[in-house]
Amino acid sequence: MSKVKIEINGIEFETDAGATILQAAQQVGIRVPRLCYHPDLPAWAACGICVVKVAGAGKMLRACATPVEDGMKIVTHDPEIVHVRKSVLELILSTHPNDCLRCPRNGNCELQRLAADFGIRQVRYESRVAHLPEDDSTKAVVLHPEKCVKCGRCAIVCQQMQNVWALEFVGRGEGTRLAPTGDIKLAESPCIRCGQCSAHCPVGAIYEHDETDRVWRALQNPDLHCVVQIAPSVRVAIGEAFGYEPGTVLTGKTYAALRRLGFKAVFDTNFGADLTIMEEASEFVQRFVHGRGPLPLITSCCPAWTDYMEKYAPDFIENFSTAKSPHAMLAAMAKTYYAEKMGIDPAKIYMVSIMPCTAKKFEIIRSREMFDGERPYVNVSLTTRELARMVKECGIDFVELPDEEADTILGYYTGAGTIFGATGGVMEAALRTAHYLITKRELEDVNFLPVRGLEGVKDAALTIAGREIRVAAAHSMNNIETVLDRVRASRRSGGEPAYHFIEVMACRGGCVGGGGQPYGADDEVRRRRASGIYQDDAMSTKRCSHQNPYIQKLYAEYLGAPLSPRAHALLHTHYRRRPLYAR
Amino acid sequence: MAYSQYVLVCAGTACESCRSAEIVRRLQAGVRARGLEGSVQVVRTGCFGFCAQGPVVKVLPGDHFYAQVKPEDAEEIVEEHLAKGRPVQRLLYRAPGRAAGAAAELPFYQKQFRIVLRNCGVIDPENIREYIAREGYAGLERALFEMTPDDVIEELRKSGLRGRGGAGYPTWKKWVFSKEAPANPKYIICNADEGDPGAYMDRSTLEGDPHSILEAMAIAGRTVGAQQGYIYIRAEYPLAIRRLEIAIRQAREAGLLGRDILGSGFDFDVELRLGAGAFVCGEETALIASIEGRRGMPVPRPPYPAVRGLWGKPTVINNVETLANIPVILLKGGDWFGSIGTPTSKGTKVFALTGKVNNSGLIEVPMGTTLREIIFDIGGGIKGGRRFKAAQTGGPSGGVIPEAYLDTPIDYESLAELGSIMGSGGLIVMDEDDCIVDVNKFYLEFTVDESCGKCAPCRIGGRTMYNLLTKITEGRGSVADIEQLHAVAHAMQKASLCGLGQTAPNPVLSSLRHFGEEYRIHIKDRRCPSGRCKALVTYSILPDKCIGCTLCARRCPVNCISGERRKAHVIDATRCIKCGECYEACKFGAVLRA
Repeated sequence: MSKVKIEINGIEFETDAGATILQAAQQVGIRVPRLCYHPDLPAWAACGICVVKVAGAGKMLRACATPVEDGMKIVTHDPEIVHVRKSVLELILSTHPNDCLRCPRNGNCELQRLAADFGIRQVRYESRVAHLPEDDSTKAVVLHPEKCVKCGRCAIVCQQMQNVWALEFVGRGEGTRLAPTGDIKLAESPCIRCGQCSAHCPVGAIYEHDETDRVWRALQNPDLHCVVQIAPSVRVAIGEAFGYEPGTVLTGKTYAALRRLGFKAVFDTNFGADLTIMEEASEFVQRFVHGRGPLPLITSCCPAWTDYMEKYAPDFIENFSTAKSPHAMLAAMAKTYYAEKMGIDPAKIYMVSIMPCTAKKFEIIRSREMFDGERPYVNVSLTTRELARMVKECGIDFVELPDEEADTILGYYTGAGTIFGATGGVMEAALRTAHYLITKRELEDVNFLPVRGLEGVKDAALTIAGREIRVAAAHSMNNIETVLDRVRASRRSGGEPAYHFIEVMACRGGCVGGGGQPYGADDEVRRRRASGIYQDDAMSTKRCSHQNPYIQKLYAEYLGAPLSPRAHALLHTHYRRRPLYAR
Repeated sequence: MAYSQYVLVCAGTACESCRSAEIVRRLQAGVRARGLEGSVQVVRTGCFGFCAQGPVVKVLPGDHFYAQVKPEDAEEIVEEHLAKGRPVQRLLYRAPGRAAGAAAELPFYQKQFRIVLRNCGVIDPENIREYIAREGYAGLERALFEMTPDDVIEELRKSGLRGRGGAGYPTWKKWVFSKEAPANPKYIICNADEGDPGAYMDRSTLEGDPHSILEAMAIAGRTVGAQQGYIYIRAEYPLAIRRLEIAIRQAREAGLLGRDILGSGFDFDVELRLGAGAFVCGEETALIASIEGRRGMPVPRPPYPAVRGLWGKPTVINNVETLANIPVILLKGGDWFGSIGTPTSKGTKVFALTGKVNNSGLIEVPMGTTLREIIFDIGGGIKGGRRFKAAQTGGPSGGVIPEAYLDTPIDYESLAELGSIMGSGGLIVMDEDDCIVDVNKFYLEFTVDESCGKCAPCRIGGRTMYNLLTKITEGRGSVADIEQLHAVAHAMQKASLCGLGQTAPNPVLSSLRHFGEEYRIHIKDRRCPSGRCKALVTYSILPDKCIGCTLCARRCPVNCISGERRKAHVIDATRCIKCGECYEACKFGAVLRA
């Protein structure tokens, strides 16, 4: 990339042509304050906080959106600029409720931090807070428009990153709101509940539907046998809430914390992931080797993706793996196999899933297969953020906790289970087992690097038993149409399918970048969380799902074989076309 | 066959709404009834500009100017003037203190110089042949066959033409940027999203001379290498839209739009895009978003649309008035155009002259004309002999100009120095009955309502300023409010994303500068000198002047004035709604407004 020479606050240096002033300033240790800017998104340039002076320009320019030019002389801080920023900040605060103590973002709010950094002690302007009703219709993410600063991140995420178009700017002037168009509820919109809006919101205007109260009540109910499971990506992110670096693997401490919260048994969704692989890889072999069912096979463990597919791409229903997602499988096993083994009435087992995800809150009630009669297999699905709050609320010193083990028989996992947490991981795990199922031989090197990493669409091919398998792993919903269109094109041409196996994760980076993960994720954080995941895999003694002794035991004792009638009844689901707009 | 008499009837929006279409019908019927079809042609033209006197009918030869004509006057005009050659004296317009004369001699027209409006009120805008007869499309012909794109740009450069949409950016530079941008295809957009309150320059131009815009867009396309043009026009301009549609169809049929124009090998076509009337869509990046089907919200520049515009491609966006100048510049030359105006601002400017002025209407004057000439010579002075207070230019983005600066020659720079802007050409005259704080509240109300809501300074700052002005006009103001107004205005100017927010504080700032005392009186004395701010006004009756005629009591809509005949009356201040009816009604100066 070509370089340009610029000067910022008297510091002359070279930077990449095409960098913005904000990015260039970062290189020389200058942080230009900002509110609406987010590194995941194209600069929207709304807030007016990042204004700087550029020699020769009559007005102040936005550092987030202004590309550097050769010879540019920039001032990022002087009394006038700071004064303007402060005035703008005060204007924003004058329309904000400023009830920080009661806000879900208290302590990690970007507006609060700005106010602190600027030393705001008074707001000169009259207070005008628009009292708008909350929208908790999805029971996954809550819109709280009263707190909204109209930074636009949620709408840009929803439209450009996720291609969902549930959120849009509505109204104008001071009446502008971020909401579904047409004044409908979010649940009536195309929202797929991925929660990326909540992960990108700088303030408390969009957040997860909090269900910690339900869990507290269950934990205090002596009649209930509360059990819990943690998703693969939770262990590498939860530490961020307690001062750890992103990607620190904290499986043992998380188990210990959950026991201290009062859970009777602590399971690991990674075990469920191993089970999912047994079913899904078998499904793949059925379709690929025996021609029973259409190709490509598409993974279905991401509930936001299945929701998207049912709304936007129902022509792929037949291609979906019918395997339930790992936590749903594990929950079904907890209330059948585990209950039987332990002699506990399944009705008394209360299953809590700790997920990186807001969409899981919807998944657990999305179809009748998620229920055992009237009772849901998963009672509550909490996000990583909610668990972190519970741990803090309970006075547990997370850092000082000992490492503990999960409870067998649903707690032991292989490396294949843990990599579900990163984009490409399900694919890699499935291929490890599919290779064994097809060839009856173990892989020499289980690492399948082409599907790892943050590239939006990862195409790869491998040969098993002399046949080429073309695979793709896509993440962030704006990338998926590319893959689907290739499949549609090959369908139209009637030739070989473009792919045999496709993995899709709705969130950028996969579950490590999930909508329910601790705040502040960007690509650097996602990379570090993913590297924690792969480290956990590399450290595992067993790295293929079919090698998991407890999985083998489960099939031997209870399920029979993958895709058996009992497995179908308990571990599989179905999909149906859903309208984009519910009314 | 040539006609011996022509009757030109204004068919602009204002005159049409005063039944000018019916005037045309009745004129035509009268002409037919008297068998004059062969010698008299009745023409529906664009706007004459003298809207205060509409509907306007002009008869040629003789340049007879009939004002405020009613449909029922048509027969008389036919019978007396057209048939018998005796102009109808009672209908001829007479400027105050003058005899009826030829239209061109009227004070309203004498100081005007028409380039943009050259065909308005002259030709039938729905007939391409009338446009061609007035050298229409000859500029395009030159651009196609006699000039290279660089020649065209050179003429534009010499002309000194600057954008008439408000900011005054040199037109030739925009064209050069687009011409030199490597990407293809390129687009030409005509910005017809006129939105300033009271401004209708572009509407009248499009209604009266639509082909001039099509011709200019084709010239622009030829010059920068674009083959597609869009006219972004608000849906509230149905007549302009209809005339444009007709003009586009006729131009295509005549081979002046479409493929291989005039056999030159150059393809260019124009389509209309209707806007819903959001003011912010006049901002070019918001306009582009709207054409692309997205919500009209601005995005930061650079990149400028000239380099990356519609669908990411190089796009020239020129306003209607800017474009209307271009065919003439190509015909008469950049030097000729550059000889008109002031050193920095060339050519003419069209203004929509409104407010407390006698001759409100649409005028076109050379740059450098003074406000005094516009308001007192062309505009005929202030209505009702009241005292001039200020002129507002640039609409909600502009500012007020007080009496002391009436003799300033108007151009982009002089207006900016006075704290206003040229803007698109709204010119509103205020008299002593207008309250400067109240007027500014009106402008802010407009920008607050039209803010797209994207950037915080504009979205919140505008409303905050508006509420501060409301406080002041309601007698709740404090000196600190003035400081706050300045602070918010500063933040809005510096940190708003687009021109709307950056200029929205201008009216307040310029009025604080020129009429600071009036704000001070509102705040400190709790008084509104012009009596506009109801909360600051009380009405009472001076007993020594009241003769007890009861007129005020009869006029009072809430019956709060009592008193016996021939005895002094009294206003019950607790019930008074301060409508001012009594003040207006009293013939003895007995009602005191304080």
